[in-house]
Formats: sequence, C-alpha cells, structure tokens
Amino acid sequence: MELTTFWFAVIAFLWTGFFVLEGFDFGVGMLAPALSRDEAERRQVLGTIGPVWDGNEVWLITAVGAMFAAFPAWYAGLLSEFYLPVVLVLAGLIMRGVGLEWRGKVHHASDRAWCDLGILAGSALPAFLWGAVFADLLRASAPAALAGGVFSLSVCLLHGAVFVALKTSGPVRARARRTAMIVSVVALPAGVVALSGIPSAGTAVAEGGASPWLWGCALAAMAFLAAAVALTWRGREGWAFTATASSIALTGAALFGALWPAPLPGLTVAEAASGPYTLGMLTWIGLIALPFVLGYQAWSYWVFRKRLVAEVS
Amino acid sequence: MEALDLARWQFGVTTVYHFLFVPLTIGLGVFVAGLQTAWHRTGKEQYLRLTKFFGKIFLINFAMGVVTGIVQEFQFGMNWSEYSVFVGDVFGAPLALEALLAFFLESTFLGLWIFGWDKLPKRVHLATIWAAVIGSNLSAYFILAANAWMKHPVGYEVTGGPGGDRARMTDLWAVLTNSTALAQVPHVVAGAFVIAGTFVLAVCGYRVLKERRTADPDRTVPMRRGADLTVSMWRTPMRAALVMTALAGVVVAGSGDLSGKLLYEQQPMKLAAAEGLERDTAGAAFSPVPGVEVPMLLSFLATNDPNAVVRGIEDLQEEYTERFGPEDYRPNLPVVYLSFRVMIVFGMTAVGLSVLGLWLTRRRSSTSSDGHPAPRGRALRRRAAGPPREVPAWFARACLLALPLPFIAMIAGWLLSEIGRQPWTVQGELLTAASVSPGVSLTEVAVSLAVFTLLYGLLAVAEAVLIVRHVKAGPERAPSVPPASPTGTGGTGDGDRTAVMLQPTLMY
Ligand code: HDD
Ligand code: HEM
Ligand code: HEM
Repeated sequence: MELTTFWFAVIAFLWTGFFVLEGFDFGVGMLAPALSRDEAERRQVLGTIGPVWDGNEVWLITAVGAMFAAFPAWYAGLLSEFYLPVVLVLAGLIMRGVGLEWRGKVHHASDRAWCDLGILAGSALPAFLWGAVFADLLRASAPAALAGGVFSLSVCLLHGAVFVALKTSGPVRARARRTAMIVSVVALPAGVVALSGIPSAGTAVAEGGASPWLWGCALAAMAFLAAAVALTWRGREGWAFTATASSIALTGAALFGALWPAPLPGLTVAEAASGPYTLGMLTWIGLIALPFVLGYQAWSYWVFRKRLVAEVS
Repeated sequence: MEALDLARWQFGVTTVYHFLFVPLTIGLGVFVAGLQTAWHRTGKEQYLRLTKFFGKIFLINFAMGVVTGIVQEFQFGMNWSEYSVFVGDVFGAPLALEALLAFFLESTFLGLWIFGWDKLPKRVHLATIWAAVIGSNLSAYFILAANAWMKHPVGYEVTGGPGGDRARMTDLWAVLTNSTALAQVPHVVAGAFVIAGTFVLAVCGYRVLKERRTADPDRTVPMRRGADLTVSMWRTPMRAALVMTALAGVVVAGSGDLSGKLLYEQQPMKLAAAEGLERDTAGAAFSPVPGVEVPMLLSFLATNDPNAVVRGIEDLQEEYTERFGPEDYRPNLPVVYLSFRVMIVFGMTAVGLSVLGLWLTRRRSSTSSDGHPAPRGRALRRRAAGPPREVPAWFARACLLALPLPFIAMIAGWLLSEIGRQPWTVQGELLTAASVSPGVSLTEVAVSLAVFTLLYGLLAVAEAVLIVRHVKAGPERAPSVPPASPTGTGGTGDGDRTAVMLQPTLMY
C-alpha cells in the first residue's frame, strides 16, 4: 500500500477509535443524572469512565495531530471550514473535562451541580456536533447534518447506557438497561436514515457510484445496532457492548470509506498529503510506539474491569 | 480591526492561559511523585498525607492544563490555516509525536494513579505516577521543539507545488535536535520547576503561619533530642522545594544565557529589540534598567567577546528590506524590551528567595558525634540529629508574596519569544499576515475569542478558589489505622489498608 493510502487508513482508525471509546464516555456523561438517584450512585456511574476518559480523549488529539502531520491541508481545511461547530465542540470538551476532574474536589453541593451541568452539556455538544459535521461534510445539506447529529447523539447514549449496565451492579445497572431500551427508539430509526445516506454520498458517488463494501459496512452497522438492543433486552451486556462498539466502528469505516479519495470537496488525499519523507518517518515511529500504547491502554481497562457498586460514604 | 488581529489575540490569550497551568503540572507532578517515593521508601505516614495533599492540588490544576491544551491542538487549523498548510509537513510531526508518545502515556497512567490506589501493588502504583510525569515532560520537549523550529527553521526545504509553496521536512533528527530547542527545552522546563517550587513554598509558608497561630496537631512529630521541641510536617516539603527551585534556577540562568547567544546568531532582531539597540554596535553595553549601562556586557553576553559587534534594529531593518522586500520587520519594541527585563528580574527574584531560604532553614551545625561509625544507610538519620532551625515567620510570608513572580516571568518569557519574532511566524520564511485562515470571518474569530476568554476566565478563577480552599483545609487527618509497612510490595496484605483509606479523596 502506498504511504498516503496507509496514512488515510491510520487517520480513519484513530477517528474511529475515538468514536468508539469517547462514544461511551459521552453517553455516560449525558446519562449520569438520569441513571442515579443520589450522590453515591452518581459517583458509581461516573466512576465507570473516571480512569479512562482522558486517555480516550487523547484518541481525538492524536487523530487531529496525525491529520496535521500527514495531511496538513485536510486538517486546516476541515477546522477552518467548520469553524463555529469546532469552537462549540472545544467549549464542550473544556466544560466536560473540568467537570469530571473537579466534581470530587469541590466543597459544596451547589458547586458539584455546576460540575454535573458541565459534564452533561460538555458531553452532549461534541456527541451531536461531530455527527453533524461529518454528515454535512459528506452530503452538504442541513437535514443530513441534523440526521447525522441525532444519530451520533443517540448512539452515544445507547453505547453509554450499555457500558454502564456492563460496568455496574445494583439498581443503577437495571436502570441503565431500561434506559438503553428507551434510547433505542430514537437510535434505531436515526441509524437507518443516517447510515443509508453514507454510501450514496458525496465523494463516493463522484467516483462512479457507491461501492458494495460501503453498503456492506453501513448495513452491518445497522444490524449490529439492532443486535445490541436485542442483547441488552436479554441481559447479555458484554455482547451488547461488543455490538454497539462494532456498529460504531463500522460506521467509522463507512464514513471514511466514503471520504476517500477526497476528504474535502475539491481536495484529494494526494494533494493534501505531506511528503514521503515525513510520512515514512511517522510510519516507523508509529509502528514501534502503537503496540505499547494499545498495550498499556488495554491494561488499564483490565485493571478496572470489575463492576462498580455504589459506596455509601 | 481585521480577523488577523483577533486571531493573534486569540492565540496569545489561549496560549498564555495554557501556560499558566502547564508549568505547574510539569513541576508539581514530579514533586508529588517524589513525595510518594519518599513514602514508599521510608513508610513515614506524613509523606503519604503530603502526597495526598499536593496530589489533589496537582489534579485540580492538571484538569485546566488538559482543557486549555485541546484548544491549542485545534487552533492552528482554525485560525492559521495558511500557516498549517505551509508548515504541516515539518511542524505537524512533533505535534503528532507528542500526542502519540506523550499524551497517551500521561493520561492513561494518571487515570491508573488516581483510581489505582487499592487495585495495584504499591510499587506498580508508584510507577504509574512516574510514567505520567515522564509523559508531561516528554510533551514539553516535543512542543518546544516545534516552537523552536519557528524561530530557527532547520531540516527542511521549500518546494513549489500545485497548492503553492510548502516546507517539506528533509531531516527529522535535525528538527528534534535543533540547537534552539536544546536551549529552549531546559530553559522552559526548569522555569516550570521554579514555578512549582515557588508554589510549594507559598503553600508551605501559609501552612507554617497558620500552625503558628493555632496550635496545630500537625506539629506532633517528636524530635529525637530536646523533648519539648517539635518539627512541623511542612519543613521537609519546604526544604525540598527550596532545593528544587534553587537547582532549577541555575539551569534557567545557564540555558537563558545560551538562548541569548543563539539569538545573536539566529534572531538578531529579537536580541536588538530586547536591548533597544538602534544601530550595529561594537562592544555594546547592557542596560538592566533604563538609564543604567554596563559597558561591553551585552557584547560579552551575546558572544563571549566584549568587543564583538551586536546588530542594531535599524541596520537589520535595512538589511531585511533588501533581502525580503519592503515591510516593517521591527517587532513591538517596548513590549519586547520590557518583557525581557520582567522575565529575568521576576524569575531570578524567586530563585534568589529560594537560596536565601536554604540558608535560613539550614541545620544547626550538628552535635551528632555519637561516636560509633554508622553504616551508610544511617548517614541521613545521623545528620538529622542537629535540631533544625525554625522557619522565620517573615520568610514564610515572603514565600506567599513571591507566588506570582515566576508566573509573571514565564508569561513575559513567552511574550519576548513570540512577539519578538514578529512579523514572522516562521523566521525568514513566513509572515504572520500570510499565516492566517483566509476563509474565516472577523465575526467567527470574535465569537471564538469571546467564548474561550470568558470560559477560561471563569475557570481560572474557579481553580484559584478551589486551590485556596483546599490549602486552607489542609491535609487530611492521620488515619487511625497504623501506617503501612514500608517495604510491603503490595498485593492484598495489610500494607494496602492506608491505601484504601486514601482512595476517596482522589476519586471523582
Ligand atoms: C512546555 C510545555 C508545553 C507547551 C509549550 C505546550 N504544552 Fe500543551 N501540555 C503540556 C505541556 C506544554 C503538558 C504539561 O504536558 C499538559 C498540561 C496538562 C496535560 O495533560 O499535559 C499539556 C496539555 C495539552 C493537551 C491536552 C492533553 C491531554 O488531554 O492529555 C494538548 C492537546 C496540548 N497540550 C497541546 C499543545 C499545543 C498544540 C501547544 C502549542 C501551542 C502546547 N500544548 C503548548
Ligand atoms: C508551539 C507552537 C507555537 C506556535 C505555532 C505559535 C505561533 C504563534 C502565532 C501564529 C502567533 C500569532 C502571531 C502574533 O504574535 O501576533 C503567536 C503569538 C503568540 N504566542 Fe506563540 N506559538 C507557539 C507556541 C507558543 C506557546 C507555547 C506560547 C506560550 C504561552 C506562546 C505564546 C504566544 C504569545 C504570548 C503570542 C503573542 C500574541 C500576540 O502577539 O498578540 N506561543 N504564536
Ligand atoms: C525563572 C526565570 C525565568 C523564566 C521563568 C523564564 C522563562 C522564559 C520563557 C517561558 C521563554 C520563552 C521560551 C524560549 O524561547 O525559550 C524564555 C525565553 C528566553 N529567556 Fe528566559 N526565563 C527566565 C530567566 C531567564 C534568564 C535569567 C535569562 C538570561 C540569562 C533568560 C534568557 C532568555 C532568552 C534570551 C529567551 C529568548 C529565547 C528565544 O526567543 O529564542 N531567561 N524565558
């Protein structure tokens, strides 16, 4: 595979990793108030993402940094084109970050309420906006952007609810499962609308029609979404989470497949790319470092694998 | 008012915010890791309490470093798209490496540290904080290498293409070992340690004053001699911070001197502006404050040769006009001139305070001649035999007052470095005016400037309030459980009991 194609795939991988991992962080952040009845339960819910959310966010930072290094014109074009949505995404991430880090360190209940508000708004904004931005990029229409936003928001909710069900026990777990079923009422139809739009969108069509494998990814993503709902219903939380994660991963694959080979209107991957020297150096360093990075991230999930209980303090 | 002006303001405001928190993260992280190591080694419970106490402040501040950093990563593309397209090939690489090699390390292991107290063996848990702080320091290296490239571009060539000229990297090693970076990294990182040291001093100063006012139960560690004497638990961190600040101060001064010599070769306009030197001058004098001149010192500082010629602003202006075309190549002179002095005077005052403090709190010449030769491991304890001097109240107060000094020095250093480089973003290659995003409107930049300034302003105040409250509240009471055995390698044994008690404070 030549280097520009490879680096396009790397960036697709990083963004998709971000969607899968931060997807449940955003979901948990939005659902925390709904899933908990008191402070102990609130800590139980947020504790599921406590140790990992920052590492998950670095997937986004790495994706953006890698775009800067490998495809400067794509990086610059995307961020300056979607200027105001990106400002709102950043504002959201700021509020969410300090909310999560500070809520256990403030001294008054009212301050904690501010933190909770920051977590809620700060999770909802990026969850909605990234979907809207990418849908708009593909199909350049306001309804499509809205559908994309609703889809990504609701899938994050579903993914987060399933994650909480998987990682907790007691009343919170039961509530999370019920919530997942309720959210799926929106997530499933939104998924059908948004996903079926991808293969026939923008670049893909310009290149001579949607390719069968884009349809394959999109349809499989829908199927996994439906499967996740069925599995949650039957109490198979581990499998349900695998299904939502797979669905998001396939959505990412379809999305970046559709963006190939022109990630921005009028800009091809080849035009946007850095020189072969830079790409070659980054490839070597990336190939050496990535196994370590994935290894210690996986280890941290392993360390925190136990279900959390609500602790009365 | 153009979008360019606002974009400049936005960059300045957001980076200065980032840099209010970042140095504290860098330095305090190492300090906390050191405290935890001390606890691990000695098993003394007061080290555990101090780890928790400073660890919590570290985490409060860390959050702000993270959220102000994200904006940095995006805003090159948002506001400086022309710049990003031109330099991405070279400049993007260290940023990508920073995320991959440093940020993942930092964030993952910090998560493990915060939540891992009762889940990891003690030794592994200690390793997690060290991994995280190594991540912070690595990130500083990569980003400063990127920044140094803008001052002294190396390892690249400019090639034309369909999309216009591009800087293409030809040598990554040259970029990462840029002489400018090798001077700048120790300068900024050591500056961060000065900040963190001064911060710890201020906290300790406050606590010392407070425990004098109220008979504080923290003063309960009995002395081995002189039965009625007690030692404050704040003495050790204070001494450690004094040592840290003083050592870092030496590095700051040395690397700053080196930076000055590099300016002479690489950025003569910045040097001339910092000195307010109008014309090329042999044996140039240095004026620490306007009106006072030390003959030939500038030439000596810049080159080690008191008679060397230092370039002047107007002569450089003429030369650049000839080389690059008509344009005003002078940076904002008063700002550069002033920030240079503020950096040195404010920063070195904090360092001087730490040297003074080391002397004031030195041990009385010890009477520890208890005769028999102690084994090496005892050497430390034997020296402790002389009763320590009390920290004078006026010095504790001075520590509190000194808190803003190194922060201001740090900001001034960045103003010198960045404003002094104007009108270039990449020295000699790309003008700031040509860097800005062409498609972004004034309104858009205004909106984002307002959003970030407001949000950061509120959060900065909130952080200050949080930290002050936390410092006032002081460390947690000692646990009633007997302290853990120091040598325990962890697991589920008795050694973890204190660890379990520790957990809630560091959790969300
Ligand atoms: C000398 C050090 C230094 C300098 C010059 C900068 N930073 Fe920074 N940055 C850090 C040192 C640092 C740090 C100490 O490593 C932080 C603070 C808190 C943290 O998590 O890492 C950080 C955080 C941080 C984060 C969040 C990382 C996370 O979520 O864990 C990003 C994305 C950036 N920075 C990006 C930048 C960019 C694009 C800069 C250039 C304008 C920049 N930083 C200047
Ligand atoms: C690492 C990459 C960096 C890049 C690419 C960069 C680039 C720039 C650019 C494009 C500007 C706007 C032009 C102007 O000065 O008007 C600027 C200004 C500035 N930057 Fe940097 N900079 C970097 C690092 C930093 C850091 C880490 C700081 C730390 C605080 C900093 C502080 C400033 C300040 C104070 C200004 C002046 C703002 C103004 O002139 O209005 N810079 N820099
Ligand atoms: C605690 C005290 C100090 C602090 C916190 C501090 C901080 C900084 C910072 C943040 C920068 C911008 C980054 C860089 O360009 O390296 C800087 C630049 C610089 N500092 Fe300092 N500094 C201090 C003391 C000194 C001293 C004592 C000297 C001289 C002996 C010095 C000389 C310089 C020079 C020449 C630059 C410009 C380098 C350039 O733009 O390329 N600094 N300082």
